[in-house]
Formats: sequence, structure tokens, C-alpha cells
Amino acid sequence: MGRKLLTEHINVEGIETFDVYRKHGGYRSVEKALKTMTPDEVVEEVKKSGLRGRGGAGFPTGMKWSFLAKPEGVPRYLVCNADESEPGTFKDRQLMSKLPHLLIEGMITGSYALGARTSYIYIRGELLYVLRILEKAIAEAYAAGFLGENILGSGYSLDLHVHPGAGAYICGEETALLESLEGKRGNPRNKPPFPAVQGLYARPTVVNNVETIAAVVPIVNEGGDEYAKLGVGKSTGTKLISACGHLNKPGIYEIELGVPVEEFIYSDEYCGGIWKGRDLKAVVAGGSSVPILPKELILKTAAGENRLMTYESLSDGGFITGTMLGSGGFIAMDETTCIVKNTWNFSRFYHHESCGQCSPCREGTGWLEKVLHRLEHGHGSMHDIDLIVSVAKQIEGNTICPLGEAAAWPVAAAVRHFRHEFEWHVTNPKEATAPGAAYRGAPVLA
Amino acid sequence: MAKITFDGIEVEVPDGTTILNAARQIGGGVVPPAMCYYTPLKGTGGKCRACLVRVAAGSAKDPRPMPKLVASCITTVQDGMVVENTTSQQVMDVRKGIVEMLLINHPLDCPVCDQAGECDLQDFAFEHGVSTTRYEEERRTFEKIDIGPLIQLHMTRCILCYRCVYTADQLTPERVHGVLGRGDASEIGTYIENIIDNEFSGNVIDVCPVGALTDKTFRFKQRVWFTKPVNAHRDCENEKCCGKVTLWYKGKDVLRVTARKDQYGEVKEWICNTCRFDKKETSDWVLEGPAHINRASVISANHYELPVINPQVLADLPESTTRELERNPPLRLGGING
Repeated sequence: MGRKLLTEHINVEGIETFDVYRKHGGYRSVEKALKTMTPDEVVEEVKKSGLRGRGGAGFPTGMKWSFLAKPEGVPRYLVCNADESEPGTFKDRQLMSKLPHLLIEGMITGSYALGARTSYIYIRGELLYVLRILEKAIAEAYAAGFLGENILGSGYSLDLHVHPGAGAYICGEETALLESLEGKRGNPRNKPPFPAVQGLYARPTVVNNVETIAAVVPIVNEGGDEYAKLGVGKSTGTKLISACGHLNKPGIYEIELGVPVEEFIYSDEYCGGIWKGRDLKAVVAGGSSVPILPKELILKTAAGENRLMTYESLSDGGFITGTMLGSGGFIAMDETTCIVKNTWNFSRFYHHESCGQCSPCREGTGWLEKVLHRLEHGHGSMHDIDLIVSVAKQIEGNTICPLGEAAAWPVAAAVRHFRHEFEWHVTNPKEATAPGAAYRGAPVLA
Repeated sequence: MAKITFDGIEVEVPDGTTILNAARQIGGGVVPPAMCYYTPLKGTGGKCRACLVRVAAGSAKDPRPMPKLVASCITTVQDGMVVENTTSQQVMDVRKGIVEMLLINHPLDCPVCDQAGECDLQDFAFEHGVSTTRYEEERRTFEKIDIGPLIQLHMTRCILCYRCVYTADQLTPERVHGVLGRGDASEIGTYIENIIDNEFSGNVIDVCPVGALTDKTFRFKQRVWFTKPVNAHRDCENEKCCGKVTLWYKGKDVLRVTARKDQYGEVKEWICNTCRFDKKETSDWVLEGPAHINRASVISANHYELPVINPQVLADLPESTTRELERNPPLRLGGING
């Protein structure tokens, strides 16, 4: 098993308390950064580490940090995006509920690097119990002198607040998150200006995912170069993968980036293969919004190379034969899964979660869901299959925020790789609408 | 100043101008349509996506094209930018898609809608849409709501441009309506039925691009193209009110009063509710003469003029563009006028 940088002590009894966490080497990065490093040196380490945003987009964190505008006399903010709500992704919840101090430690070190004096953790409204855990941990950190005025006598002060959302997926989009944090309706903003220039309260702001901020801790502790030794190519370090679906051992795995997908699914070290001895049909590799891939394409790229759990390898082949690492929500589906029903289900989610601000997404997500509902229930026509592809294309790229794309990609990919299943629903409506029915014939590869 | 090339036409505009406003400097058929952007209201734009254009070159410094189509109403120009609107097939296709999206939940009840004839959505669909629909599902509907004695809200027609929300924010001391709900279930509302009651509330009727907010004193009185617009003014006691209006006559009766709109349907100066709803006698007003309506819709039937491209600009046009304009006049009025 590879090295664990984040979750090494996750199963230690009482690790959610300050004392136990500290005993296991916690808050070393804060001491190191505040006492021996300048803020710019911390940013430099993060740059060297090659850490990429763990929330889904995979943007290099160090670069994002260096884009932060730093006008004189204007406060800056670090905001942690803990609004994890992508279907299939549940890594941040676990990380925060088990290791709240790891996130807080990362927030302190990160805020120091960015020169933020007030930082926020914006947490998904449904995770109320995690909010309580975090609040308790923050109170402990204040009591121990790691938060508040003049931390460790370094002259650096930081206030950390946790703010719960009201349960909207869209508030995981960084500008909608900032709107919501300001107390407004969670609508994404038009960009530019980007948050690095005008973010929270129109001040320069960095928004990072929970796991990204947590990863700053080992990077500062061990140095960026050490961190970059893990992983493959531009995918450095470790990544939490939340594996779910028809697996023998679903759960959250911290993997070193570069593990072959085949090993991840089948080895006993990780997911232990497909449950009930069934065959794998398809995988959604990075949360519900990334393109679904059939077994043949998820295990090997179109060129016949082994697919690895890295940003590059998973996106090999673009959206024609590839997908994305995304947020690491790994959903495996066995041969009894109906892809049409699954696509309809995803589509229903995006329809429900569209903020309704811009027209292609507001109207298009509803349209997709309705046509997919028709197809799934045996009332569709062959024409409907082309229709959903066309509607998805009309949404993609024409919206304010990426939710439009998130809604369009899974539909387009499902038709691209599993068109025969959609056609089967049209030609055999009776069979296809029977309870638990799924296409079992030979896959037809695009 | 920044020099940009828009559909092959060069125009120089001050820094910070949006692409849309730069195109409006050129005028004519190259101007992208705008359903949510409204110049006098700060913060509007970016929502309807009707004005998406392709930026073929970002700037003189960085001539790479922008990866996605951008909303021209909120994207500012850079020196050396090259923008394609009507000259890009991609933009035209996407715009057709936007019309389709805006119409799938629109009731298309133009025959009984008061806005018909001066409706932005009608014009937009007429110019860029297709005559058939691929949408077979049930449309979203809402009950009509009376928000006060003067304005009626018919959410079913709304395209959620947010203009009325910005109007209430920026013109009136307290906004009592906003967008409730999410996605295609979102609606303009007052949450608990409430009356929008202040001296400038009537302006939400003027900014509404469709027939979602209508003047209750005018509803079903007359089709707008049968009324005669006349500009008039009065010395309004409300100092925030400009007192400059358009009166809409049928015979000798003033059927309604609106603020004056420019060729893009934008109100430049706001009027108060007293002028709009209470002063409906000719004796209340000093008449200035017939209002010139130079918008595309049937409201200007019989005295409609093709949009004129700034002659100075026209002279500088490359020959290929002039030829293209001759072959494809910017606005096709075939069915009605031509």
C-alpha cells in the first residue's frame, strides 16, 4: 500500500480532539511555517509540490495562490470549500469528521501563506454534525493558541469561522459559494472578475477544496520536493478516492496518484473487485458530472495502455474515449446496471440543482430530465436519443458556471458509449421497463 | 481607447466598454440581441446568453481566441480584439439554441399577450429562432398574481432576466420582490403575497422584456400597434422623475403612459407612478410630437425603417462585408413588411 499523507492517523482513537492530534505530530506545519518560513516561502513549497486542486478541476494550487491580488491595506481571504455535494463524492465529509484539526491546521498554514487574517470554512448545510465537530475543534485550537491573536508569538493573527450553506449543490461553485457566504442567493457570478481579484466582499480571495487545504500540511512538513516525488508526472502526491457502487469494498481510499485503475478496482488492497462475482459494466471515475466510461475504456486507454489514476491518464483521449479524475468520486457499475436509468437519475439531480440564472442550464437541464424519463419508461423514440445529445450540446459551454457542463457531459457520454442501451429501451419498451431490467447483450463499442 | 474589429468592422471605443456597447456604436444588424442586459441598471447581464459572441482574438498582446463563446454584454473590449457575431456560424447556431431554450417554457400566448408587438422575446425569436419546436413536454405554468393595484405578474411568461429585481434595488428604497426557488422552478415573487408599493414601481413594467409584468390600467385595452405613440412632458412634482414620457393614443384617448425607450428598448430616464398611471388626459401634458419608434417589431408597422449603419463606418467597410450586407440585409422583415 502506498504512503498515506492525510489519513495516516485517521483511525486513532480520539484523533478528533486537539490533544491526541497534537500527540501524533499535529500542528507541526503551523509551527514550522510561522517560526521559520516567510509566507512567500510557503507558497513556493506548494508550487514545488505540484499540488493540484482536489475539488474537481485540478488547477495547480500554487499557481492559484500566486494569482491572488495583494493590494496594500485591503484584507484578503482564504475560503475553504467544504460544500461537497457531487453525487459519488464523500471524501471531505470523512476527512472533516475524523480529522477536523488537519483541516484547521491547513487553514492556518494556508492563511499565513496568503496573508489572510480572517478565513472561512463554508460547509454543506446537510453536514450539520460535521459542523459541530469543526466548531468544537476550532474552539480547542483557539484555546491552545493556534488561532486568534498573535499565534505562537509570531505576530500573525487569524480568525477562523465555519459557515453552513443551506443545502444547494450550486454553492460548491466558488463564486456562488462566495455569494452565499455574503448572505445572498447562491447564484454564480459572471467572471471576470475572478475571486483572486474580487472575491468575498469584493476582496481578493482564494477558494480551495478541503482536501487541497489538508494537503498543504504534509507539503509544509516534508517540503514540496518530497511531496512531488509521490505520484506520476504532473499528478503529484496522494488523492482521496471515494469508491462506491457495486464494489466488494466501497469506501474512501487514500491512493498515491498513478495506481492503475484495474488494480484499484480489483486488488484486495483497494476495492476488492466487483460484488457478487459479477462483471464490471461501466465506471464514472470522478463524480457524477464526468463522462461515464465502459469497462474496456476505463481499464485501458483507446491506445491500449493501462489507465492510471492520474489527471492525465484518465483524461487521455479527451471526451471521446477519456474522462476526468474530477473530485475522486469513483462509481463502479456492474452488469445489472441500466445506464439509461442511471443517466436519468444524474440528470434529475442536475435539473433539481440548477440555480436557474442563465437560460441554457435552467431550461436545458429540465428538458434533458424529461426526455430521459421518457426514454427510461419506454415512451421514447430513436429521435429522442439524438435530441438529448443535441440539447446537451446546446447547454455545454454556453452557461455562466460549469454546472451546465456537469449536466451535459454525463448525458453526452452515456449516449456516446451506450447508445445501444438507449436504442434497446426504444425497441423493447416492455422488456426495458420491467423492474430491475438492464441491457445484458454484448456491448457495442463506439 | 481600444480598437476592436467586430464582424469585420473596425470601431474605436473607450477602455472598459463592453463588446455589446462597442457593437451598438456600429449599429445596424451586427448588434447582438440582449434579453437581460439593461444599460441603466448596474449589474445586469450575463444571464440570458442571447448575446454570446465568439472572440477570435483576445487582444493585440494576446491574440489567442477565447476558448468559449463569451457574453458580449459583460465582457470588456481589449485593444486589438477581434469579435465575430453574425459572421460566425457557431454563434448563429448557439443563438438558435438559446431561442429554443427561452421558448420551451414560454406559453407563446402572443395573441392574448399585451406585450406582443413590443416584446424583446418575440423579436429575438423572429430573427433567430426556428418555426417549429422539439419540445413535447408540459410547459411550466404559474397563477397570475396581482402585485398591487397597478401591476400584474404573470410568471408563466417570465424569462428570468432579473431586470425587475435590479430595478427595484436601484430605484426604490425597499425591494419586496425577488427570485424565489431554483432552476426552472424559480420565480419572481414577493414570497408572501405582498404589494409592491412605491412611487417608482411602475418602471418594472417598462424594463420587462416580455409580458410577465404588465400595466393593469392598460391590460387588454388595445394592441400596441394600433396605438399612436406621442412624446410629451410635464413638470413633475417628484424631483426624481424626469417627466418625459411617451403617451400611447387611440383616437383622442391616452391609453397608457410609458417612459421613453431607445432603439434597444432601454429606458434612459425613469418616470414616477403618478405620471405613468394617473395622468391620462392630454391636458396633463405638453405634447412634443410623434414618437419615433425604430425597433424591429410590428409596433413600428408602416413606418418601420431598416436599421441604419453609421455611414462613416459603412464607408470604411471592406468590400466583402458590404457585399454580404447587401445579400443578407441585417434584419429580415420578409413576412410582414417586405
